[in-house]
Amino acid sequence: MEHAHAYEHYLSEKGLKSWLLTLDHKRIGLMYLFTTLFFFIVGGIFALLVRFELLFPGAFFQPDTYNKFFTVHGAVMIFMFIIPSIPASLGNFFLPIQIGAKDVAFPRLNLASYYVFLAGALLLTATLFTSQGVDTGWTFYTPYSIRSQTSVLLATLGVFVMGFSSIMTGLNFIVTIHKLKAPGMTFHKMPLFLWAIYSTAIIQVLATPVIGITTLLLVMEKVLHVGIFDPALGGDPILFQHFFWFYSHPAVYIMILPGMGIVSEVITVFSRKTIFGYRAIAYSSLAIAFISFLVWGHHMFVSGQSKFSSMLFSVLTMFVAIPTAIKVFNWTATLYKGSIDLKTPMLYVLAFLFMFTIGGLTGLFLATLAVDVHLHDTYFVVAHFHYVMMGGTVMGFLAGIHYWWPKMFGKMYPERWGKVAWGFVFMGFNLTFLTQFFLGKMGMPRRYQIYTAQYNTGNIVSSIGSGLIGIGMFIMLIYFIWSLFKGAKASANPWGGKTFEWQVSSPPPVHNFDKIPPVPANPYEYGVHA
Amino acid sequence: MNNWYNYFKVFDLPQASNWAGNVDSLYDFIFWLTAVGFLGVVIPMIIFSIKYHRSRSNPDTTPMIEGHTPSELGISFGLLVLVMLLFYWGWKDYDSMFTMPADAYEIKVVGEQWRWSFIYPNGRKETDLVVPQDRNVKLLMTSKDVIHSFFVPDFRVKQDVLPNMYTNLWFRANQQGEYQVFCAEFCGTLHSSMLSKVQVKAPQEFDDWLKSGAKDQAATEDPVKKGEALFKAQNCFACHSMEPGKVLVGPPLAGIFGREEVLTNGNKVKVDENYIRESLTDPQAKIVKGFDKVPMPPFKGVLKDKDIDALISYLKSVPGQ
Repeated sequence: MEHAHAYEHYLSEKGLKSWLLTLDHKRIGLMYLFTTLFFFIVGGIFALLVRFELLFPGAFFQPDTYNKFFTVHGAVMIFMFIIPSIPASLGNFFLPIQIGAKDVAFPRLNLASYYVFLAGALLLTATLFTSQGVDTGWTFYTPYSIRSQTSVLLATLGVFVMGFSSIMTGLNFIVTIHKLKAPGMTFHKMPLFLWAIYSTAIIQVLATPVIGITTLLLVMEKVLHVGIFDPALGGDPILFQHFFWFYSHPAVYIMILPGMGIVSEVITVFSRKTIFGYRAIAYSSLAIAFISFLVWGHHMFVSGQSKFSSMLFSVLTMFVAIPTAIKVFNWTATLYKGSIDLKTPMLYVLAFLFMFTIGGLTGLFLATLAVDVHLHDTYFVVAHFHYVMMGGTVMGFLAGIHYWWPKMFGKMYPERWGKVAWGFVFMGFNLTFLTQFFLGKMGMPRRYQIYTAQYNTGNIVSSIGSGLIGIGMFIMLIYFIWSLFKGAKASANPWGGKTFEWQVSSPPPVHNFDKIPPVPANPYEYGVHA
Repeated sequence: MNNWYNYFKVFDLPQASNWAGNVDSLYDFIFWLTAVGFLGVVIPMIIFSIKYHRSRSNPDTTPMIEGHTPSELGISFGLLVLVMLLFYWGWKDYDSMFTMPADAYEIKVVGEQWRWSFIYPNGRKETDLVVPQDRNVKLLMTSKDVIHSFFVPDFRVKQDVLPNMYTNLWFRANQQGEYQVFCAEFCGTLHSSMLSKVQVKAPQEFDDWLKSGAKDQAATEDPVKKGEALFKAQNCFACHSMEPGKVLVGPPLAGIFGREEVLTNGNKVKVDENYIRESLTDPQAKIVKGFDKVPMPPFKGVLKDKDIDALISYLKSVPGQ
């Protein structure tokens, strides 16, 4: 029974201090959510600046300015938005509730990870306000980054510091999942979102130290002139690429796995079907996490690494296709004979399936050695990457935000405007990035401020598409803010979900549960046995 | 040429080198393979979303289907076969792309912020790459500053160009004409202006061009002669014999290029540009077995990049027999 005046939920306590010093995983999740969304907007503005410049190449901005635009876009989106986005915001909020726990294992570490993240993010953001900015691209390739006169030090220090936050969050989640599951909740009864978050956490803990060491070595070389990567000091520039991708390849799975987790949740609820192939999806997350550590050299097929390395990395990369295809197959099969409700979260999931499939399949072109020689460092790679990261992770993230919005804030978002914004994002995205596959196939190199005439049409279409994405995202921003104040009140379970977060009130009580609900044999118990 | 295959061609750049045909067939094959895969996901997705829409399907009576192991295994195995086929096909061409043919005509490429230079065996230096048609051409590439990448879309070749190291690529241009060269690795302010052209000329025309320029444009120094002079000036001959069969305190160098040497740690090394360069700048790194008694002084800082190139040209020119 709900008593309107006596009902205390996690948002009831007011005051700035109650937020800044909170140890509640839900509040920390929200702080992460708003911070990462803020950086998503910053990164998005720089993306639009890049596309604007490419609409009028050379007309408005100096070459160095353009180089800074794409560097800021990449670095902000990767390190400050997409890596922390789903795990640290939605993961933080829903992981403890979905396993029937009151909080994460280490609440103070959780808050610390937020402030460490913020400190790193501010360091990187500070480069925007130095006169030089950063112009190396988000990859910081040596020896260019060693010799660049721009604020590379600040930026890499920012990445170094944010890495600790990522490790803290990963560690916290691993321990929480192992130790705080409600009685009766086993690994195989966990929602699939948690398998994805768990796999992600493993990569965060194991891979992130390597980027930390790499950025530190870069700083040592720049400041103390210790020769590590710069051949002028006796270093090896390819070594940097090995180190960098040893982290940054697993990192793309840090980015995509949580998005896949959300797809598994939303697709069952909105088709009222139990998940097809629970174990296949769960284990394929672990398989992807494992293989992710063995494929970094596929970024380096024309870097000058040995032919033998390229051969090995090409074979290993091909293996990634299998667990990925298994997931896509299982999601599609889940729709079969369901009862499909095309609400906004579900539309984003279908967009995910559409775009992530393109992103995944175009990966086969790039894993194939002889074809990659032509496509490497062209717009084909840019398009592939955005189809996976934006078409995959961001679509998953948007599905998750819409899906859990009523639970997090107790308010409904406006369904009709949700669909309108989705339409803009879906159309705009495909216009922007499908075109870029063709530009890349025609040989247009990435990171080009000006380009030759045969690439005109493609660039114009792509820039128009990016404008449509911008409009869609703007509509979304407005209706989310509107719904916080004027949105209809959400019931405890507006979508008919079966997992634990839908068994508690919206917004959830401070300690999540008065009584732990019984653990069902299957987290998605929909339908009737045949 | 109006056979069935043409209907399936999606790759439409000019095929101006020996690689283009193979790479394009492979690209087209992957395109159609992935197109089938994509439709295999998206068509069912659309049909299910319509056919089993909430308005037509009762949410309380959906069947509980928890999976189907044979289809999971079938997909995994089928896909494994397909991707291994892709791997093998891609590797086969990649392997020959990066195995330099012995008879190739060698041109040196230097990348620097933000231009390309091409240096011919007779010392001629150009900003456009001029090559003979239907002849294997090998590019020996290095950078003066940061990493660049030599990319000719119409040839389907690309290779990063690094400082303090040599990288190679080779091709056989098969159509006369002019083709775009890009720098594909971000290299700073004017990265997108680091452009050049490949001009493909008929063999006779190429020979005439090469000779015509030799009078006024060619550098006066022949790299082989310069290398020989350096070899004497630096006293290399005191330890390294250039006479076949004669051995001094250092490894004999007649016919050294391309030879396989056994190192002190038992590993083998095939002597190429990178090994000679390393042996000059860091002689202790890889010592040939039996020559570890007298250490060679390092020439790092003593020899400039051009000097090292000249010495390599000289060593290449002296036969072992």
